[in-house]
This record gives sequence, structure tokens and C-alpha cells, in this order.
Amino acid sequence: MYRYDAVDRAVLADRAAEFRDQVRRRLSGELTEDQFKPLRLMNGLYLQLHAYMLRVAVPYGSLDPRQMRALADIARRFDRGYGHFTTRTNIQFNWIRLADAPEILDVLAEADLHAIQTSGNCIRNVTADPYAGAAADELEDPRVWCEAIRQWSSLHPEFSFLPRKFKIAVTASPHDRTAAKVHDIGLLLRRGRDGATGFEVIVGGGMGRTPHVGPTLKAFLPSERLFSYLEAVLRVYNRHGRRDNIYKARIKILVAALGAEAFGREVEAEWEKIGVAGDLPGSEIVRIRDAFTRPELADSPAPGDFEARRAAEPAFARFVRNNLKAHKLSGYTIVDVSLKGVGETPGDISADQMDVVADLAERFGQGEIRSTHEQNLVLPHIRLADVHTVWKALDAARLATPNINLISDIIACPGLDYCALANARAICVAQDIARRFEAPDRAEAIGELKIKISGCINACGHHHVGHIGILGVDKKGEEFYQLTLGGSGAEDASVGKMLGPALPIDRVTDAVEAIVDAYLQQRQDGERFLDTLRRTGDAPFREAVYADAH
Amino acid sequence: MPMLIRLSEGVFSQVQDVFVRLGDDEPVVGGDAIVSLGRLLSGDVARAGGGRLGVWLEPGDEVEALEGRLDQVDLVALAFPKFRDGRAFTSARLLRERLGFTGEVRAVGDVLRDQAGFMVRCGFDAFSPADGSTVEAWAAAASRHRHVYQRAADARAPAFLERGRG
Repeated sequence: MYRYDAVDRAVLADRAAEFRDQVRRRLSGELTEDQFKPLRLMNGLYLQLHAYMLRVAVPYGSLDPRQMRALADIARRFDRGYGHFTTRTNIQFNWIRLADAPEILDVLAEADLHAIQTSGNCIRNVTADPYAGAAADELEDPRVWCEAIRQWSSLHPEFSFLPRKFKIAVTASPHDRTAAKVHDIGLLLRRGRDGATGFEVIVGGGMGRTPHVGPTLKAFLPSERLFSYLEAVLRVYNRHGRRDNIYKARIKILVAALGAEAFGREVEAEWEKIGVAGDLPGSEIVRIRDAFTRPELADSPAPGDFEARRAAEPAFARFVRNNLKAHKLSGYTIVDVSLKGVGETPGDISADQMDVVADLAERFGQGEIRSTHEQNLVLPHIRLADVHTVWKALDAARLATPNINLISDIIACPGLDYCALANARAICVAQDIARRFEAPDRAEAIGELKIKISGCINACGHHHVGHIGILGVDKKGEEFYQLTLGGSGAEDASVGKMLGPALPIDRVTDAVEAIVDAYLQQRQDGERFLDTLRRTGDAPFREAVYADAH
Repeated sequence: MPMLIRLSEGVFSQVQDVFVRLGDDEPVVGGDAIVSLGRLLSGDVARAGGGRLGVWLEPGDEVEALEGRLDQVDLVALAFPKFRDGRAFTSARLLRERLGFTGEVRAVGDVLRDQAGFMVRCGFDAFSPADGSTVEAWAAAASRHRHVYQRAADARAPAFLERGRG
């Protein structure tokens, strides 16, 4: 974890005080709701269907136990005992009273947490690989860059009123777990021939109404030039991005309209004018790197009875197969904590569950917790010898569903149950599909299959990059669902293709099952659903779903 | 005469705004006048009576168009048609940092105190608040944050330099 210094803490305290003053002016009537709206949005406070929602930043998805307990405390004292992890790796509290918001920000600030720039047309929370610092396949820890970006983008005087929101992802692994190519900027850390690090810079990806897989603007940006380059991209966007139509205001529209080459030339020209004056001194990167706590990992600790338990206990073996990932050190593993229990709301977590995760991280996990854009949590440094104990504790708290990357590990936005923008519900659709595929043997036999559900075209549920994407639409006041197939948010990023006419809510799960059955018939050599689909095209699946309609 | 908040030598004060904004077809009759960018570029700005000259830029007007003409200009007014339109922040920084303009850079339009800090950091030194802010309220809002993380057009040392001095 990055340890905040006095400067970082003062920034949070000043921001909390500023917002307290703004809320006071709103409650006294000095500010109208119209004037207050952009101010509260800069602080993550939304007015939803039923109440205010506060979105708390989890910078690049990193939390420590003290912070997780602070979130649990907020859930208990100011909400209804739970929170909701989002696809931005943030956490939302859905039942907040406006008058409580300043106090909540104070509670957060005491734990080095905040709600700065979790909404509004500014640079949002940076996405990082949730396995950062632990993954066997990473080049270096991308969180150092994420923290530098967090600081640079916080209360940026020039870039806080952009045409639209702006999201940056950083990954340092060949396997992209951040959906970098559908971010406004994706930074893929690479090592040059001389061993120096740099970034492949993807600009102009995005979802929403007009999904784009972002083009590569720069194949190798030396890492010490990152901040001048970011400034150049943001400045070109701030000046030239569209402001006349909210749906055409993201940078992806500007990049697509100019073409990646022409846009890239503008950025290069601006970058040259900024020069190295726009870069962060190397000494600050070193300071940030040194401010991260180092997990105290032993040299190949003995795995204890891990193998014996795995052989003896099928349920544990299933958890190991699905929820453990390779750690860079032998004797350790990465444990995925599923927030996708069957029948639960994807991403929801109770205050008691938060405390369980905090305790486990403290006792067995080097005090590190991550949130993922797929709405799960991660304990990134668990000794193999401790996995069984951790699993037992997670299982007792209903956090050990062995379904990571399987069909019931569904992303869903809050949808019409909470959100003022939604056209249709998303949560109940996810729950119904998860129930249909509840049998774990069947789910494992199906293998990796990512279902992503959005309740409206804004695509918070990332349906465009779902292997199966489900989009809620409103047809004359009734909820209908549009299916797309073949999306991916990983390194092989692609936008899903619409399968056919939208379906009524009671046919969605049947359609998913028909797609799965067609896949199992077509599958060759254990290929993933996505690989089968890419080989066969979508005809067999369209036939399976719409056969009745002929 | 309308009031204006000025920042000079780190101090905010309330002053009277002596500039008059002229439409493109109104004659320059002396006194301090603000004209549109188009009018300035057309050269139709003969200074009558030795009045000072200001130019008004809409967010879509590129400040680079002023290159080579800034010695004629005492004031650049940058418009915020809506407070959410952040293009003038970039315009102000470029005026200060790239074009080296040392005259008055004035925020006009939907100018609210909640942006005061950002405006000062980007190089604005005159403000025509739309929210009735007093000079005290404006100054308090502008100086609320003890630290900043970025370099900008003001003289404030960003956190990474403060830390370096340790």
C-alpha cells in the first residue's frame, strides 16, 4: 500500500472541508440544486431514484484492512449495512442522507480515503491490474504509476471540467485484467530493448453508445515522459472534444472523427511544446515507489497440508481450481474473493463481510485487499499453507463462491433498482442466470464465460465487452434485453455483435442457456466459448436463440 | 459601474471595472474597451483617446491567434458560457505559459467561487463572479487548499517540489 504523507492527508482534509461548506450552502438554500449538482458530483454524490448515493474512490483498487473497516463502519452508521463494489473498482453507498455526507467524508479522510473525482467530467479513478505486485506475469508493479497519476489528476486546475469523464487504466502484464483498450487512455507497460520501461499508449477506447476498441497512439512512450504526454492528450481533448452533445463528448468520438493518425499528430505537436517541463521528476517516482509498503514475503514457505486438503476435500479443490491465481513467488498464491454468490447482487458486500475480509487480509494477507473491475475482491498475498483456513473463513461468510471467470461471475450495473438513468433492471437478470447455472460441475464444464449486463446504453455493466453482453432497453414501457456476443475486455479486446431482436425479460435466461448449449455442441478441443464463437461465427447461436421465431 | 475582483501580488481586492465591452458595430469612442477577437484581428481597433484595449475570447477561440498582437492588448477576457465549460482554463494557461502574456486575464460569464482556486492556478487574475461572491468569500475559496499536486501557471510549488525540499 502507498502510505500517505502529510501533504496527501492535508489535501483530503481540505477537500472534505470545502465540501462541508458546499453542502452547508446547499442546505441553507444559498446554492440551488442546479448550482450544487456539479459540485456534489465532483465529490461522488449522486441523487438516485430513492436517495443520495455516495461513490467512494478505491484508488487503483487497493485497500488495507483499516480502510475496509472504515467502509464497514460507514455502511453500518450511514447506510443499510452494505456497500456495492462497482466496475470502476470503487464502492458505492446507496442510501445516504445529504446532511451526513460531510461527516462521511471526514470518516473516510481519517482512513486516507475520499470521494474525489468519482464522478463529474474529470479524470476518474485509475484502474490497475488487481493482481499488481503479486502476479507471476507482470513486468513491474503498475501501482507506482497509478499513484503518480492519482496525484497528478487530483484537483487538476486545467482538467477538472473536461467535455466528459475520463478514465485511465494501467497494466504491466501481457494478460490485460483492466480492460485497458476500452478506457479513454490505456497504458500497457512494456520493456524496451535496452531494458528501460515505457508504455504502449492506447487512446480513445470506450463503451457507452458508441463502443470503440482504442487505437495505439504511441507504441513505446518512455516512462519518464508519461506526464507531459498525458497533459498533451488531455489538452487536445479539453480544447477540441465536443461539448454540444453529451453522447458525443468522450475522447473516443474525437479520436474517431479525426482519425487516430491526425489526432496523434496534434498530440505530438502539443507534446513537443510542453517538453520535459511537463514531466514528473524521476526522484518523485522513486519517492512514491519507496512509499509503498513491501509485503514481507518469505522465501518459498512450505505449503503445509495444502495438497493433502486439496486431494481430500472436493469443495476446497473446486475453490482452488477457480479462485486461485499464480503468484510470482513460490509458496504463495493470489486468492479471488467472489462477490457473486448465487442469488446475491453482483458486487454487494455487507459490513460484516467487509470485516471478515479485513481480518483475513490482516492475519494472512500482508494487509492487502484489492477490488476488481469485475466486482470481486482479491487477497493478493496468501501463503499456500493458509489457503484452507482463509477459504473456511470466506465460506462461513458466504464469500467463497468458486465461480471466478465462470458463467455466474456476472458483471451487472445497479440498473433500474437504483439508477435514475436505467431503462431496465440488471440485478435480477444476473441473479436469474446465476441460479440457472448454479450447479458447479456444469459451470466448470462450461468454463470461462463472461456475462456482462447493463441496464441502459451508458454501459456501466460493460455489456459491449461481455462474451455474452446483455443490454436493457425500454420498449414502450416494458423491459427488453438486447444480446451481444463476442465482446472481450482483455488483451484480445473486441466489441460484441448484436445477435438479434431484443427479448422480453422472461426469455433472457433461456436464451443464455440456448447459447451455452450451442457452444457445448460446437466446442472443439476444450476451447473457450469466445474461441468457439470466433471460429464458428454467430450463426449457430442465433439459430439456437431465435429458432422458435421462424 | 460593475465590480470586479482583482488578484495582485497575492492579494484579492474589489475594484471598479472601467472597461466597456463593445459590440462589433459600435465605434471606439475613447475609454477602455473590450472587443471581440474577430474585431481585434481585423485591425478595426484604432485607440481613440488613449483608452486601454481588451479582447474577449469565447471558449472556441484559439489564444494562439493573439500571438504577435499581445503587445496591443491590456486585458484578455476568457468566457465561461457555462461553468462546466472548461476550455478557458487551457486558454489561460497557454496565454501565461506559452504566449508570456503579463496583462490582465479575466474570467467572465458563469464564474463561480467554487472554481476560484483552479482559475488562479491557471493564470486568471481578475474575476467577474456570477454568484455574487464577496471578495472575502472569493479569496477564501481560492486559497482553501494548502497543497497542490501539479505545476500550473501560478507560482505555487507542487507537492513533488515541496517534498524534495523536505
